[in-house]
Formats: sequence, structure tokens, C-alpha cells
Amino acid sequence: MKIKNIIITFVSAIALLLSTSAVSFAKVVGDKIVLGAAISLTGKYSSNGVHTQNGYNMAVDRINEMGGVKVGGKTYKFEIIYYDDESNPKRAAQLAERLISQDKVEFMLGPYSSGLTKAIAPVTEKYGVPMVEANGASRSLFTKGYKYLFAVLAPANLYLDVAIRTAVELNGGKGVRIAQAFEQDAFSQDVRLGILDAAKETGSEIIIDDKLPKELNDMAATLVKVKQMKPDVLVVSGHTKGALTAIRQIAEMKVDVPMLAMTHCDAAKLSKQHGKNSQYALCASQWHKTLTYKDDFFKDGMTYAADFQKLFDYDPPYQSAESSAALLVFKDAFERANSFDQKKVRDALAATNMQTFYGNIKFAEGGQNVDKPMVLFQVMCDSAGKCENKVVAPLKWASAELIHPIPKWSDR
Amino acid sequence: MIALQASLDGILLGILFALIAYGMALQWGVMNIINIAQGDLVILGGYIAYFMYLSGIHPAWGVIVSPIIMYFVGIGIYKLVINKVVDRDLFISILATFGISILFMQLMNFAFGADVVLANSGYGTTMLFDNSVVLPNSKIFSAFISIIFAIGLVIYMKKSKLGRAIRATAQNARAAKILGVDTEKVYAATFGINAALCGVAGALISITFTIHPYMGLPYTIRSFMIVIVAGLGNLPGVAMSGMGLGMFEEFADYILGTEFRIGSVFLLLVLILVYRRFKLSKKREYLK
Repeated sequence: MKIKNIIITFVSAIALLLSTSAVSFAKVVGDKIVLGAAISLTGKYSSNGVHTQNGYNMAVDRINEMGGVKVGGKTYKFEIIYYDDESNPKRAAQLAERLISQDKVEFMLGPYSSGLTKAIAPVTEKYGVPMVEANGASRSLFTKGYKYLFAVLAPANLYLDVAIRTAVELNGGKGVRIAQAFEQDAFSQDVRLGILDAAKETGSEIIIDDKLPKELNDMAATLVKVKQMKPDVLVVSGHTKGALTAIRQIAEMKVDVPMLAMTHCDAAKLSKQHGKNSQYALCASQWHKTLTYKDDFFKDGMTYAADFQKLFDYDPPYQSAESSAALLVFKDAFERANSFDQKKVRDALAATNMQTFYGNIKFAEGGQNVDKPMVLFQVMCDSAGKCENKVVAPLKWASAELIHPIPKWSDR
Repeated sequence: MIALQASLDGILLGILFALIAYGMALQWGVMNIINIAQGDLVILGGYIAYFMYLSGIHPAWGVIVSPIIMYFVGIGIYKLVINKVVDRDLFISILATFGISILFMQLMNFAFGADVVLANSGYGTTMLFDNSVVLPNSKIFSAFISIIFAIGLVIYMKKSKLGRAIRATAQNARAAKILGVDTEKVYAATFGINAALCGVAGALISITFTIHPYMGLPYTIRSFMIVIVAGLGNLPGVAMSGMGLGMFEEFADYILGTEFRIGSVFLLLVLILVYRRFKLSKKREYLK
């Protein structure tokens, strides 16, 4: 019994020590700026959660190596406290509370996905904690009047807007016939709203408008309709599962459509998993390494990709690039605010106007980045079957010419 | 033509679902356990085929390898958990298998990652009626293999000693025990066979659709529904209701739109249950 008591005392003493030390190294202490982040390290978003974390870590190391953040004549280094939100919105909100009220974090980085960002935003807003997020694109995040939320990425409704406009342009400015299938989640439905807007503006007609249930991995019925009605553009958005299912079934059912536009192609590793069958698919992306934006820390996309590859041994997906950009934004804002006062930092963030390797960053009233267009890449394969993603739109950054219309299956 | 396309799509899909449902009906009938982890066993079977595909073996071989591995996984689960709940009421078994389901999801996520994956069979496509009806060969293959396994199992149940023991236990466990059937062994084998069927179905699903650690539940629900519609111990019923549901789904999808696909299936389930209740209540006699 005595031994048990001793153990209990010992353990609680350690716990107490740990908890107090956690408080003491949080916020801005000594030469450290401590940021908090709840990230999906386990659960269904864990792959993208890790991409996000790698992006954050790489930027922290780079900024610290290159002299850190200068505020009030003193240099500070970034440090991040991570918690695993288990891909669960409720857990993410709890962890945000914990980071702010227990760990006394005064600045936050965003989690992965729109859903989790939506769960955390009310908490950071309540405490007036500025949060720069890089992985929540849902439009509804930016219409709630949040004052402390800043997103470095373009909102979801712009994801495939470019595709429709390009199709209309190729059609000689006349409207096109669109078939679309979207999963019923916040993000995909936002992408859909964007298409509806673009269709309205360009005088295009939506002839198939299917909503894919979350659990579904069979879209044969939609494709039968597509075969029958022969639209000019087929748009599919349903996360990685949607992208993989669409390519598999389009190839199997030999569906001929002049343009196929999708989201989540690089997360789905389309060209790796489907090889030549994924050829000619157009994919919306926040970033691509061949874009020519520049900054002092990562130089440009190609250098970033090479450095990232060296560190983590895979090609950086855009989720990593935008996460790295979030730290550049924080650094810039701290230096312009020249203070760690949350209000001043918030105002400095709102006034951000900068270029990073990832793209231009300038926040609108709602917190979304309005200065960075989406890019479209097309999967292109050589005769040996090796496939690559090449940027084809907007024209300014195109590294290859768009192949349009997609050759018929019988001619491939 | 479109009606034909939708029917064929539905039938091929339904046969695959029926195979999973058959496993569920079997162990439900024998052990009185509703296995919520059914879908997760399917997904695990799918991963076995997927890893074979990754290591350069054609994923179709998963149809043979996966059930063998899954049989032992099933026996393992039985020895660890199911044998402790097999004689308890249904609610306990649902809770236990629900727990197994969550555990499996997390373990698969931990071991295989959260990416959606698939195995490419490279089977190509069959075109019928001047290209107006298209059937992916992978789906035809799946249906064909499912039928072979189902028929094989029926014969096994009829002819083999273990099959007879399983059927005897399903009819009356106590009587079977008295007559010398080792019911414990029968239960373990039944659960193993069910897991093996899930393994086959999983391998087929990795070839025809996609797999992901959290995608098991829809398969559980679908097979649950098929079993409810068909009734226990009614194999032709399971096959028919599987194909029927598959067809109904495809038609609902085509006519009402994809968003109503699952909803209409549930509506059908409710209608069938109400109808059955109505029929039963006619037969019911009361003692006054």
C-alpha cells in the first residue's frame, strides 16, 4: 500500500511539473514564439494531416535558420505545439480550447480540412486568437464575419471555376453543357456553387447535377447518363475516393467526354494509381511547383519541391506548400505589427500583401486569400506510360498546352 | 438499353453484396450474432489483395489468398471475443462486434494509412449491343467468383461433416451438443467461414471499387438489409434479395438521382418490414 502511495505521489508530482512547464514555455517566452496547432495525425485525414505538419515544420526550421522573426529589435524563433485531433471536429475544438486556455497559446495555425477548421474557428474567435489556416477552403468559413481567421488558400468555390471558363473560351465564347457530380459535404458543395456561378455568368447549361452520397464508391448510374446526354464538360468532386472512382469507371465504361475536370487528383495520386487511364484529366490545384512565384525563404516552387523531397522523401502536395506559406504570413505580420499584442497582429495580418513561393497573399474582409488564382493541371502521359501533371491554365503559368478535346477511347 | 444497363449493373453489384450477406446470414443463423464488423472484415480482405497487387502479384489471386488468411483472422476473433458473447443476448453481441469494428478501423488506418487505394486488374470492358451496354469485366469477374464461392459453400454445407454439424447447431444447439457435436468448434468454424467469405468479397471490391479503412460500415448495412429482407437460412432468398436491392438501387439512382439512392433503399426496407409485420399479424393468434 505504501509503495502504491509513493508511486501515486511521484506520478502526480511529475504531472504537476509537466503541466506547469507547459504553461511556462507557451506563448511568447524568452526568444520563442509558440504557435498552437491541432492536426489530424490519426484518423481518416491522417495522410493530409501529415502533409500539413511537414509543411509547417519545414517552414519553422527554414525561418529559424534564416534569422527568425524580428520584433522590437529582438529576434525570436518559431515553435509549434501539436496535438492530434484524431480527424474529429469535436476533438479539434476541445484541443483548441486546451491550447488557448491551458497552454496559453496566443497564436494558432489551422488544422487540416474545412470541417475541422469550422470546428476550431469559433473557439479562436471567442478568445481573440489570430489563426492563419492553410487547409480550410469552404466558402462558409469566410461568410461568418470571423475577424481572427485568415486563410492563405483560395476558397472552394473557385476550385473549378477556371475549368468552366476555359471550356467556354475553347467553345468560342459560347456556353457549354455541363454534367456534374458532387459529394454531399461542405467542401464539394462549395465547389458546386462555384460551378453554378460560372455557368450562369457564361451562359452555360447544367444538364446533369448529381449528388454523390459520402459512402458511395459506385457512380455507374451518373456515367450512364453522361454517355447518353454527351455533355461538353464533366465535373467530379468527391475527395480522393471520388477522383479514383471516377477515373476507374470512366475508363471501364469507356465514357467519352471532351473535358473532365476534378479535384483531389494529387491527393489521390491519380497518375500513380491509375496510370494511363487518368490521362487528360484536368485537376484543380492550389499550387504547383512549376509556378513562378518567389520569396526569400524558399526561393521558388521548384526549389521548395527539391528541398521538401530531400527532407521527407516525397514530392510536396499542395497541402504542404500552403501550410509552409502560413508561417511566412505569420512572420511577416509579426514584423509589421512589431508587437505580440493579439489585436495588433490581427490588424497586421488583415493588411497582409505579399508574395510567397506559394502565391500572392492578400486577405479579403472574410479572411480568404483573394490574390491567388487556382491553377489547373492536366495529367499527361508519354508513350512509355509515365504520367506527369502539367499546368495548363491559367495561360500565364501554363507549362504545357491543354489537350482538348480528350481523344475518344476507341482512338487511344 | 438504359434499363438493361442499369439492371445489369445492379445485378452484378447485388451478387457481390449477396456474398457478404450470405456470410452474415450464416453466422447470424448459427450463432445468433449480428456482426457489425462484417464490413471491416471485407475491407481487411481487400487490403490483402491490394498488398498482393503492390508486390506485383495479380490481385485476382487475392480471391484465393485472402479467404485463407481471413479464415484464421476470423477464428482468432472468435477465440478472443465472440466465444464470450455467443450465448448472451443479441445486444451484447452487437456491442462487442461494434467494438471490434472500431478497433479494426483504427488498426487498419494505423497500419495501412488513410489513403483511398485500389488494385488494378487490367481486365478491360465488355461492350454489348453496339456499344450501348458497357460492362466492366472486373464486375463480371466479381459476380462470377461470388457465385462460385456461394455454390461451393452450399455444397459444402450439404455434404461435409462440418457442414452438417453447422446446420445441426443452427437448428438446435442444445440437441446438437447432446448428440455429440462440438458446438464450440462449430461456432469457431462458422465465424472463420464468414470471415473467409468477407475476404473473398474484399478482394473483389479492391478490384472493382476502392478501399479505405473507414469504408466498412456501408457493407455491413447493405448485408444486414439483404439478410433482413431474405430471412435467415434462406440462401436463394439472400441471392435474390441481393440482386433485387442492387437493381433497385441502380434504378433509383438513374430515375430519382444519386442523392436518393441510399434513401430509396431504406424506404424499401421500411416497406418490406411493414409488409412482413402486416402478414405476420394476420397469422398471429392470441390466447384469451
